[in-house]
Formats: sequence, C-alpha cells, structure tokens
Amino acid sequence: MRTCLVVDDSSVIRKVARRILEGLDFQITEAEDGAKALEACKRTMPDAVLLDWNMPVMDGYEFLGNLRRMPGGDQPKVVFCTTENDVAHIARALHAGANEYIMKPFDRDIVTAKFQEVGLI
Amino acid sequence: MTPLDYEYLRKLLKERSGLDLSADKQYLVESRLVPLARRSNLAGIPELVQRIKGGAEALTSEVVEAMTTNETFFFRDKIPFDHLKDTVLPGLAQARAGRRALRIWCAAGSTGQEPYSIAMLVKEMTALFTGWRIEIVATDLSQAVLEKARAGLFSQFEVQRGLPIQMLVKYFAQQGELWQLNADIRGMVQHRQLNLLQDFAHLGTFDVIFCRNVLIYFDQPTKAAIFGKLARVLEPDGVLALGAAESVVGITSVFRPYPDRRGLYQPSTAPVARAGAAPHVLKAVASAAR
Repeated sequence: MRTCLVVDDSSVIRKVARRILEGLDFQITEAEDGAKALEACKRTMPDAVLLDWNMPVMDGYEFLGNLRRMPGGDQPKVVFCTTENDVAHIARALHAGANEYIMKPFDRDIVTAKFQEVGLI
Repeated sequence: MTPLDYEYLRKLLKERSGLDLSADKQYLVESRLVPLARRSNLAGIPELVQRIKGGAEALTSEVVEAMTTNETFFFRDKIPFDHLKDTVLPGLAQARAGRRALRIWCAAGSTGQEPYSIAMLVKEMTALFTGWRIEIVATDLSQAVLEKARAGLFSQFEVQRGLPIQMLVKYFAQQGELWQLNADIRGMVQHRQLNLLQDFAHLGTFDVIFCRNVLIYFDQPTKAAIFGKLARVLEPDGVLALGAAESVVGITSVFRPYPDRRGLYQPSTAPVARAGAAPHVLKAVASAAR
C-alpha cells in the first residue's frame, strides 16, 4: 500500500484529505506543520506528501526545500494543497520541486486527478 | 413527473437529439429539468411539458440542451491523449509530411476541454508540426455550450480536473476567480454547432476524430448509422477515438480496433498492421529505413 503524509495545520482539512486518500488506497500519516512533517520524513519517507502552504513553525514552502535536500527526499511526489491560488505561488512551488498543485477548495475528483497526474494512481 | 410526461420527454429527446433514455432514467430527467423549470418560473416538469406541447420552441431547445450536456474535463481518461501524443500524431507527422496539414474533429466538443486539450498537446509537439496547418474542429449540439467553449473561461474546479499544473501556468491567465485559455490556444479550435443525427459530410474529411462519451446515449441502429457517417469523413489511415465505455464491437463493421491502443479504432479498409505494432508506427519505421 502506498503511503501519503498529509501536512496541514487544520485538523478538519487533514480529516477530509485522509478520508479521500484512504478511499484511494493510501496509508495516511499526518503532521500539523512543516517541522513535524520533516521529522516524520526522517523516520519513514512517504510515497507522497499532500502539503499546505501557510502553517505555523515551518510553512510548506520551507518544508519542501528542506525535504528535497534530505537523503531520499527527491523521491516523494509532493502535491501542494493551499488557498494560495495565484500563478506566482504556483510557479514558486513548482520551482521548489512540487510535482502538482491543488487550489482549495478541493474535492475527491480533484485529488484523484492530481494523484493520477503524478503517477501515484 | 407522471409516466406520461416522462414518455413524452423520452420521445421528444429521441427525435430532437437521438438521446435514447431507458425506462428507468426518470431521476436523470428530474435532476436536469427541475432546475430548468425553476429558472423558467414554472412549478415543475408537468408545467414544463405543457409549455413544450404548447409550442415553446426556445424552451424545447433548452430542454434538449440540458439533457445532452455531459460532464467533460481536460485530458479526460488520459490514455487516448497519451496514444495521440505517442503514436497517432507522430505517425501522422510522417504520413502527412508531404502536405503538412492535419484535420482533427472533436465530435462532442462540449464546453471545450477536449478540443483545447488536443490543441495544447499539439502545441507541446511544436518540433514535429512547425509550419503545419493544423485544424481542430469542435462541434456540439448546444449553442450555449459552444459559447462557453469559445470564451475559453474555466472555473478553478474545471482547471484542476485533468489539467497538469504546468499546463495551467503555461497556457492560462488568471481572471479573478476564473482562468482563461491564452488566445493562441483558443485560436487553434473552430467551434461549430452540429447534430450528429444530421449529415456532416460538409465538414470535410479528418485525420483524427474524437467522438467520446456521446454515442452511449444513442440506440444501436443510431450508433451504427453514425459510425457509417464517421467512416465516410475519416481518412482511410485515420484514427477514431471513442470513450472508455464505448466500442464498435457488435455494432458496426466499418471500424476495427486499432492494434494495441485501447479506445482507438481505424477504418476496416485501413492496411492491416503486424501484431504488436500500430500502422502509423510501422509507416514511420518504414520511412526512416528508406
């Protein structure tokens, strides 16, 4: 079973994302900020990361830079999932190594399409 | 909705659009037509039917459009577009190298996601098609749908279903809450109104026809008749793409499955390829060897 780390400071969003991704046969772990997500990746590198941008302690953009510099950190497919819905943010995320980008609000169809796009489904 | 109203609507839709609703599709009619009745300040479907019987032509067209407008999204099902990119277009680039022109038809273009997906895909293959004349014709029964397609404006939800994020950044401009396709991609597609039940020989011949997720709504004789007409406007070495749940098997012998490319079909008169190799690939290999 493929694994996905859901990183978002909103427990509601994490719950919604967990439900959708479990329905797509992913095993889910959760983190509420970028720092905790990095710790989780040091323990076990997931196949995918669903990543919020704005979070306390360490935001998604900083997390992504740190992840990509870690040994094995180039492996997970990273899908941003954020309310930052403008081209400048999308371009920054792609430049930093994101594989896909979801603009909130999202639904099951969008998550499915994006995970298909990065080859995880 | 009474059983008589349902029967009346079934017959009307069959005559006007070829839509073949089975006896158990009342829920579909209600889900599409109750909102239309409300927008028209009518109490419900019985009143809508009365107005149609009274000769309300514009309302009748709206009913047909509401029932025949189908879900669509960018690069829907992905596989046909992969085949187009990896096999069909490279093969046609070889086969049409002399005339340097290609014609592609989306026979149920709907709100534009399919023809624009093809346009973006062609644009990504600039190296193969620089200096070529590539026509993409998108047709649909519904005028309202065609107007939306022409505008090339899509909601945030629409651009996130099937469209890779790199293509969104490259080919779209943000317009408030909406995203608009760039003019050069919009300009690659011609939108025309067409009912597939009517003659379409005037469109000319095509190298590729996408006719996806529309024939499922027709009965077998209507499907067979449309396949016959499609075969007459498809080049002998052209390719027909059908929806994931559609096939020619058991309906017509004018097309046969394209070797090893699920969802693609070719005229039965096309040259037979060696097992495991698609005809266009064979042609490409043959011309490279010369």
